[in-house]
Amino acid sequence: MSALSSDRLWPWLRACLCLAIVIFLIFPMVIVVIVSFSSAPFLTFPPPGLSLQWYRKLASLPVWFDAISTSAMIMIPSALIATAAGTAAAVGLARGRFPGASAIASLIMAPMVVPVIITAAAMLGVFRSWGLQGTVLGLILAHATLATPYVVFTVLAAMRLVDQQLESAALTLGATHWRAFWRVTFPLILPAVLSGLLFAMVISFDELVVSIFLSSPTVRPVTVQMWSDVRGDVDPTIAAIGALLLAFSIGVLLLETVLNRQRTHPFAARAEETATQAAP
Amino acid sequence: MSDRTDARGWLVVPAVVIVGVLFVYPVAWLLVRSVTEPQLGLQNFTKLIEAPVYLKALWNTIIISGAVTLLCVLLGYPIAYAMAHAGEQLRRFLIFIVLIPFWSSILVRTFAWMVLLQQKGLINKTLVEYLGLLETPLTLIYNRTGVLIGMSHILLPFMILPLYAVLSRSDPSLTQAAASLGAPPVRNFLRVYLPLSLPGLLAGSVLVFVMGLGYYITPALLGGPGDTMIAQLIEMQIADFGDWGLAGALAVILLLGTTTTFLLVSRSLIEGVR
Repeated sequence: MSALSSDRLWPWLRACLCLAIVIFLIFPMVIVVIVSFSSAPFLTFPPPGLSLQWYRKLASLPVWFDAISTSAMIMIPSALIATAAGTAAAVGLARGRFPGASAIASLIMAPMVVPVIITAAAMLGVFRSWGLQGTVLGLILAHATLATPYVVFTVLAAMRLVDQQLESAALTLGATHWRAFWRVTFPLILPAVLSGLLFAMVISFDELVVSIFLSSPTVRPVTVQMWSDVRGDVDPTIAAIGALLLAFSIGVLLLETVLNRQRTHPFAARAEETATQAAP
Repeated sequence: MSDRTDARGWLVVPAVVIVGVLFVYPVAWLLVRSVTEPQLGLQNFTKLIEAPVYLKALWNTIIISGAVTLLCVLLGYPIAYAMAHAGEQLRRFLIFIVLIPFWSSILVRTFAWMVLLQQKGLINKTLVEYLGLLETPLTLIYNRTGVLIGMSHILLPFMILPLYAVLSRSDPSLTQAAASLGAPPVRNFLRVYLPLSLPGLLAGSVLVFVMGLGYYITPALLGGPGDTMIAQLIEMQIADFGDWGLAGALAVILLLGTTTTFLLVSRSLIEGVR
């Protein structure tokens, strides 16, 4: 191939390849949304027409209403616990000076690294003997544990960007540590704290593996309900619930993006950090 | 720094208590089961080595994770490249596109593949009815193909993001220099660009491989009986047999697998840099 034609071919080929991969990434989610509006009485694609029948069916089934409210009852407290504990830990790790700080940081991050199936099995084994298996409280505590490292990560990244001298200046001007933190540092890291809260909410709402192990027939989050239905008779009701789950997580993602328009995305930053750590 | 600055270290206590009591203790409890149940000794590990069912699942786990990693490299590199070299707007758009699946529930995405890959799903319909390329539909689900497609889709963002991070920082003057010295595009890419992107490629691969090792939902829904992976075995031991000893032993193996991968790769990277 001559240099000229390969020069022309390359960008064109690259664009096509990228388009194909973008479609691969997004297409499955689009399918779920389209199928959820299907007018067919069974799961088929493309649907013969559009209707809201599956959403109506969803609304008429108390089992889904119960599942969604169970998920919400778990999500809100667990996200709040994770955000409070995670933010405090991030501030402690960034500003405190104590022996074994890096060991403590890895300990807090551990739930992010250990395969979730191990966490799920382990929590079931111990929570059973504590009487927490099959309870809302058990699931709240489990989800809070899973989400805490993500909050720590997000807030820690923001704390590293805050100029320590601002706080020092406040101290010189006579502010107490407590006041300097709340009036100077906290407003600066607030967007990251809110991101952490949103992450924690999505982690809880979408969590499945630990929830399978810790739920019971009476306490069943929406993902577990969907999981047991998917393995049985698949109909477009599941697509409707799937579309609602997607709408929730993408809505939160959009909110987070709007919230932090200037900042680089924490997970991109995280990936970057992983890369730098791997390459000393 | 004053003593009062040090005192802020105490703020880590709530998180340490939560993770310690609700995570570290349970995991330790589970791992200990492997050598204490039903009695003290290594009987659970010998059982694992002696039964072909378990060895097959361990083998499946490694093969599937490896294949998924390879697929993610092939699919992730062009996108990461495009993201790193695109204009500001296209870059933002692509990042958003990558983050959507990253954020969406694994269950919903796996369900989507169930819809797409089934016997009368869109892919088979397209191949058989619309394009007439095939006489009979392909079996794309409840087998290895389904697992590989589903897992690659779900893990792809974990390849793209670290790779993008490295590529976006790569120095364009190096490839420009190679080009001005007469290197054709392909060789320039293979000899200059690719080696520079190796840290990102490796970080992404480790992330994908290690996450693949512990996968449960996707293989359970898209795989067949011959595609059982280690996570499904752990679930089966507990839910079907109540065998916490064997589940603990499998957890030990899975954890060893993930940590050795991390260690091996960080070591090889250090040596590679030297």
